Amino acid sequence: MTDEPVIEVEDLWLSRKGEVILEGINLRVLQGDFFAIIGPNGGGKTTLLKVILGLIPPDRGTIRILGGLPGDKRHLLGYVPQLRTFDFNYPLSVREMVLSGLLGRKTGIFKTFNDADYRLADKALSTMGVAHLADRTIRNLSGGEQQRVVIARALVGDPKVLLLDEPTVFVDTPTETQFYDILGNLARSMTIVLVTHDIGVIISHVTKVACLNHRLYTHDSKELTEDMIQGAYKCPVDIIAHGHPHRVLRQHPPEE
Amino acid sequence: MLSLLGYTFFQNALLAGVLASIACGIIGTFVVIRRMVAISGGISHAAFGGIGLGYFLGIEPLLGALGFTVGAALTMGELEQRAEQHMDTLIGAVWATGMALGILFIYLTPGFAPDLFGYLFGNILLVPQGDLLLMLVLVVVIIITVGLLFNDLLAVTFDPEYATVINLPVERLMLILLVLIALTVVMLIQVVGIILVIALLTLPAAISRECTAQVKTMMLYAVLLGIAFTTAGIFLSAFLNIPSGATIILVSAAVYGGVLVKKRLAGR
Repeated sequence: MTDEPVIEVEDLWLSRKGEVILEGINLRVLQGDFFAIIGPNGGGKTTLLKVILGLIPPDRGTIRILGGLPGDKRHLLGYVPQLRTFDFNYPLSVREMVLSGLLGRKTGIFKTFNDADYRLADKALSTMGVAHLADRTIRNLSGGEQQRVVIARALVGDPKVLLLDEPTVFVDTPTETQFYDILGNLARSMTIVLVTHDIGVIISHVTKVACLNHRLYTHDSKELTEDMIQGAYKCPVDIIAHGHPHRVLRQHPPEE
Repeated sequence: MLSLLGYTFFQNALLAGVLASIACGIIGTFVVIRRMVAISGGISHAAFGGIGLGYFLGIEPLLGALGFTVGAALTMGELEQRAEQHMDTLIGAVWATGMALGILFIYLTPGFAPDLFGYLFGNILLVPQGDLLLMLVLVVVIIITVGLLFNDLLAVTFDPEYATVINLPVERLMLILLVLIALTVVMLIQVVGIILVIALLTLPAAISRECTAQVKTMMLYAVLLGIAFTTAGIFLSAFLNIPSGATIILVSAAVYGGVLVKKRLAGR
């Protein structure tokens, strides 16, 4: 692991319809980080990811991915959007959907998939524990299975960084722990940025935590301090910093 | 009835039906799975402007329609990306503007527009040899383009946002697909007419969707269904002496209805 930043955001500002959504965000994700960004709904988490990916142009600020502009380098990232941005009724098999994640790497006009591509797709599916579903049509999957396939699509191109937007929304609680174990294993070989509104889910594998509510509160460490939480959630929250290795926080803050 | 096969016009009609079915099976599949039925309707009605312009300038009306449909497709695609308007609204505007221009051009053209009715409702029994050649060229263009870009088109129509993130040229691919729809519409005008185009574009693909969950298989079934519908429609219309375009659509719709009823009964 080096200190090379894989994602670098400097003084990022964004407004929509007169409302400031992101205020002076500074963020450095280093290679090997398992970076969790938590914050309330509507705090700008999804928007921040989309700006990093170059899907939304910022009003001000610079973003660098792997040392380049988002438009040039984003295909080297693995992106797991919040679910239901597309139609799961599409007549597509699980394997075909995962293979589509490789298209960005292919050059030339005639893009066909070869045996090596099929092996990569099957490998990504086994990593997510859903290899047996490869021939299934995507509409015949449960919510949790769909989400694993979406992550497999992001993994198939062997990305340097995995960006996950609320990955557990459609996963039921018993499989959620299993889900985070898989992410913990992945974190050994790649950088992960995880965005979630549920501060209860931050697990032992996470190496850095930041709070986002229009502004980003961070200490570049795993420690989630009271001032970060207060800044982001504008209310006191119980914090268990020691003694409980699996959870940094005990409960979700009450609604404002 | 089989003696009809001896006539060149009848052979031409059957051939036109096959060519149109190939195009609408392939492109109609994208239209159905990406839910682009309304935009296809907009493109086909905009074609009326081109047909009017053809009359006005004294050129082949189908060439005018070709220009207008491609223009309408590109305009809608560009406006959707830049004008921040709902696609619905843009479709309505392009749809009506095309029709209005057609009416205006035909009014301004001296004399009478003889086969106007044919362009609106189709007359496959009167397909001229030259139009068959145009249709053949369009089918080849459609097959080659979709063959080359199949995986890209699938990725872009399935999940445009993700396609953008993996740096596929999403905007360009969407415009290409719209142009392919425009080309298909031009072919179908001859067969079923401007007003009935969307039915032949969508019904075969919609039926084959009920039979398979594979896009390529869906295309194949849609082509075969299209050929069956147009052939049956042509024979029926000749036999009963009723309009061919409407007959083809009614045959398609009857089968679609039958499939839906069967599905509903099977689902109980």
